[in-house]
Amino acid sequence: MPSDLPAQPRPARVAFYNDPKARSIAYQIALCAVIAFLVYGAARSAIDNLARAQIASGFAFWNHTAGFDISQTLIEYSPRASTYGRAFWVGLLNTLLVAGIGIVFATIIGFAVGISRLSSNWLLAKVAGGYVETIRNLPLLLQLLFWYNAVLKTLPDIRESITAPGGVILNNRGFFVPVPRFGDGIGFVVLAFAVGIAGAIALRLWARRRQERTGQRASILPVTLLMVGGLPLAVFAAVGWPVSFEFPQIGRFNIAGGIEILPELAALVFGLSIYTAAFIAEVVRAGILAVSRGQTEAAYSLGFRAAPTLRLVVVPQAMRVIVPPLTSQYLNLTKNSSLAVAIGYPDLVQIFTGTVLNQTGQAVEVVAITMLVYLIISLITSLIMNIYNRHVALVER
Amino acid sequence: MTGDIDSGSLLKPGRLRTDTAVEMIGVNKWYGDFHVLRDIDLKVRGGERIVICGPSGSGKSTMIRCINRLEEHQSGHIFVDGVELTADLKKIDEIRREVGMVFQHFNLFPHLTVLENCTLAPIWVRKMPKKEAEEVALDYLRRVKIPEQASKYPGQLSGGQQQRVAIARALCMNPKIMLFDEPTSALDPEMVKEVLDTMVALAHDGMTMLVVTHEMGFARQVANRIVFMDEGQIVEANVPEQFFSNPQHERTRLFLSQILR
Amino acid sequence: MPTTEPNRAASETAFVRGVAIAPRPPPAEMTGLLAWLRINLFSTPFNILLTALIVLLLAWAIPEIVKFLVIDAVWSGSDREACLAYVQHREIGACWPFVSERLPYFIYGSYPIPERWRVDVFFLMLAGGIVWLLWPRAPRRDLGAIYFFIVLPAVSFVLLTGWSAVGLEPVDTVLWGGVLVTIVVASVGIVLSLPLGIILALGRRSRMPIVRLLSVMFIEFVRGVPLITVLFMASVMLPLFVPEQYSPDKLVRALIGIAIFASAYMAEVVRAGLQAIPRGQYEGAMAIGLGYGQTMRLVVLPQALAVTIPNIVNTYIGLFKDTTLVFIVGIFDLLRTIEVARIDPKWATPVTSTTGYVVAAIFYLIFCYGMSRYARAMEARLAKGGPR
Repeated sequence: MPSDLPAQPRPARVAFYNDPKARSIAYQIALCAVIAFLVYGAARSAIDNLARAQIASGFAFWNHTAGFDISQTLIEYSPRASTYGRAFWVGLLNTLLVAGIGIVFATIIGFAVGISRLSSNWLLAKVAGGYVETIRNLPLLLQLLFWYNAVLKTLPDIRESITAPGGVILNNRGFFVPVPRFGDGIGFVVLAFAVGIAGAIALRLWARRRQERTGQRASILPVTLLMVGGLPLAVFAAVGWPVSFEFPQIGRFNIAGGIEILPELAALVFGLSIYTAAFIAEVVRAGILAVSRGQTEAAYSLGFRAAPTLRLVVVPQAMRVIVPPLTSQYLNLTKNSSLAVAIGYPDLVQIFTGTVLNQTGQAVEVVAITMLVYLIISLITSLIMNIYNRHVALVER
Repeated sequence: MTGDIDSGSLLKPGRLRTDTAVEMIGVNKWYGDFHVLRDIDLKVRGGERIVICGPSGSGKSTMIRCINRLEEHQSGHIFVDGVELTADLKKIDEIRREVGMVFQHFNLFPHLTVLENCTLAPIWVRKMPKKEAEEVALDYLRRVKIPEQASKYPGQLSGGQQQRVAIARALCMNPKIMLFDEPTSALDPEMVKEVLDTMVALAHDGMTMLVVTHEMGFARQVANRIVFMDEGQIVEANVPEQFFSNPQHERTRLFLSQILR
Repeated sequence: MPTTEPNRAASETAFVRGVAIAPRPPPAEMTGLLAWLRINLFSTPFNILLTALIVLLLAWAIPEIVKFLVIDAVWSGSDREACLAYVQHREIGACWPFVSERLPYFIYGSYPIPERWRVDVFFLMLAGGIVWLLWPRAPRRDLGAIYFFIVLPAVSFVLLTGWSAVGLEPVDTVLWGGVLVTIVVASVGIVLSLPLGIILALGRRSRMPIVRLLSVMFIEFVRGVPLITVLFMASVMLPLFVPEQYSPDKLVRALIGIAIFASAYMAEVVRAGLQAIPRGQYEGAMAIGLGYGQTMRLVVLPQALAVTIPNIVNTYIGLFKDTTLVFIVGIFDLLRTIEVARIDPKWATPVTSTTGYVVAAIFYLIFCYGMSRYARAMEARLAKGGPR
């Protein structure tokens, strides 16, 4: 007979309040209810408070006239004609400017210091280590205030400006840098430069093909320099050196000519770069140490010298470890640029969450927009990071 | 035309210039105050297979790492195929090209495929064209019996496969002398045999080998001489038959009693 | 027959060592100061150049710093005249009388002078709690945790804000300033961020989708925006969302902002610790019948926290530095009191600002560097498997 087995007993019916699934649903419903209640309560209070203070709601303020001046604008802006919306864009561009310059300097300094910490020169390693330990343990705001108040604001007055080599003028109103003004024919120079770059790329490809074919490495550096540097220079001379430098001139109350770099911008760039560089140095050091000694030994035992070992074996592996925390530091630098509000640099937070919020009183909208901008920057960076990580992940079982 | 372990291989090891592959005379090394190598005298002829054994901390790895300058000796002389090993970078380069090394932890380059691991040095150090380097690499991969893994990454292979790739990688430089630093110590037991078989085949092809290992079966099968080290010095050396059946020094006897059952 | 020559191995034949070679000390050129210098500072021409440059740099920098802090510094005086170069007819370094006169302001802010003993008691209680919790060989550290996380906050709150019923005169938070405010903000942040961070981390790992979603959204949102915007949100937006009679005072708003920010970062640190606990621990706890809460409390969290103590301390160091940002929402932390003091006309000299910043730097260096040394010691102890 087919079914000789005794009938299996049915699993016992569990009371609904002990069933984990039912419990979990109950908890979640309760949580949503509590949050909904809180949100409702907050919204009602907000509406009451705003009405009482006679503050508007909504985003109509975006198109109202700003009415305040901004000390550094990378795009067209006028206090009388521009809107709050325009002020937003000015602030955002200023933020991106300081973040971009800061990232470049922080990376250069950070890599230099990080590699120095691993140097066989005891003195260099200790000095680099001292830099990292000191800078990392002091608040960024303190460092910014120091750069701004104790260094840049103590530069002399206009009349006693310091003239640095190259025609740069330093005083307590900022750095004044000569700006080149290009004449006719500069287009040809730019074209020659582009041609030089294209040629250098082509040369590199050709050299690599040749190495694969014959095993010989061609020395392409001199020719590359000639193409990228010499060619544009030659064209520059051919069209008659169409450049004139506008040097800043010290007037009685003002400096005429040149580009003005605000002391606020300078202080922010110094502070952010030096601070973030200390963290980048640690990231770089950890990345290089993460590559085991055995890798270097294997390369040496195959006949490689130190430089090719670094290039072909150590750096590719170290970069995988370095890049994710490095982008995290870049993001930190961008967020930290918001400290501009403490020294008066007109970045997004200072203009928007500072002046605009003061003038319109619309705290909710203004703060929400500012946060949204930073969130978008963070999200974009995360996405790019994830793509990079997936691309270079070491293939394992 | 493919290399076969039984018949003679077309890829014979490079020929030595002199008939002394390695000579160490009065070599001493200190780590700080610790005297790790004491008055080492060793002469290895071309084609000889030397197995070096001893308790841990005896300096055996340090000794062979001095031969390709992964470690520096402080006094005494080391000659590799007639070339003296000093701080001269050119000499070091020359010696490292002719001496191959296989490590306990394989040390394959994880960001390159198996094939790229093997062709990296021939292309960049010996300046071989890429096609030629790849052919040589595939031949050696066939010799160690894993040609089908050529486009995989080291992380995808088992320990035994990785070590065999490491051996092939070292062989691609056509070395005259091969150093092995405990090549099977980090392997699971079932993979030790495949690596030892590869090393036996290499020995049959006439390669000069210095092997630091605890695998006494391998030593019996292939070694011309067994060198026993303890506390930084060579304590006893003999042919395998004499070494195992008639150890002279009491420390040798103690060591053998501990590792042979 | 094997040879038994004592010293040279005739390596072609068999060999047995006769007399063992005793260890010898290393040769002279390897040891001693000269050898160390040669290896570490002068090993290659490039290194020689580098060492020379750094020595030059230090030879300039260190005397300058010592001159400013000690040699040229002014040690007594009553106003700016003492620290002005043209009055004293010499180079002036740090203006220490400025510091000593304003030191009470730097420490207590505008806290009423007769009540300042209460602040001192608070500092002592806090120090005691910290030593109790952090010293690995302290007795009954579980009591220490209760003291630190429950008793201390309650008592300090009453002590500092005052309660007429027990005879402590109320002191408005507006009067608090300086080190008092910095320590209060940092302590509240530290005390609140760990439990909140744990809750958020558990929420993020929860299997209930809504809980997980809310936790992830909160954590990623707070971590994606600058701390300043969170502080602005707390100090400007929060009063709007609360009925007028409950409007929190400025310090409380800043504390809420800091707590929110710190707990999101702490959540990620705790999450990393939880992920490091192998599944076997959860399964073992389930096998002996522990519920979710008990598993977390008795098995998982103690291990997770122990593993991530160095990271937790690093987060605390960041938090301590971040307290300076309350400056920007109008709270008088140490940095703000120094800012206010340095522009006081009574002490207006070219060196006042730098002197003030030096004081702040010393304070933060002591605390942050001290914390990081503790974190490193904990890491070393954990690596050895010793008492935590």
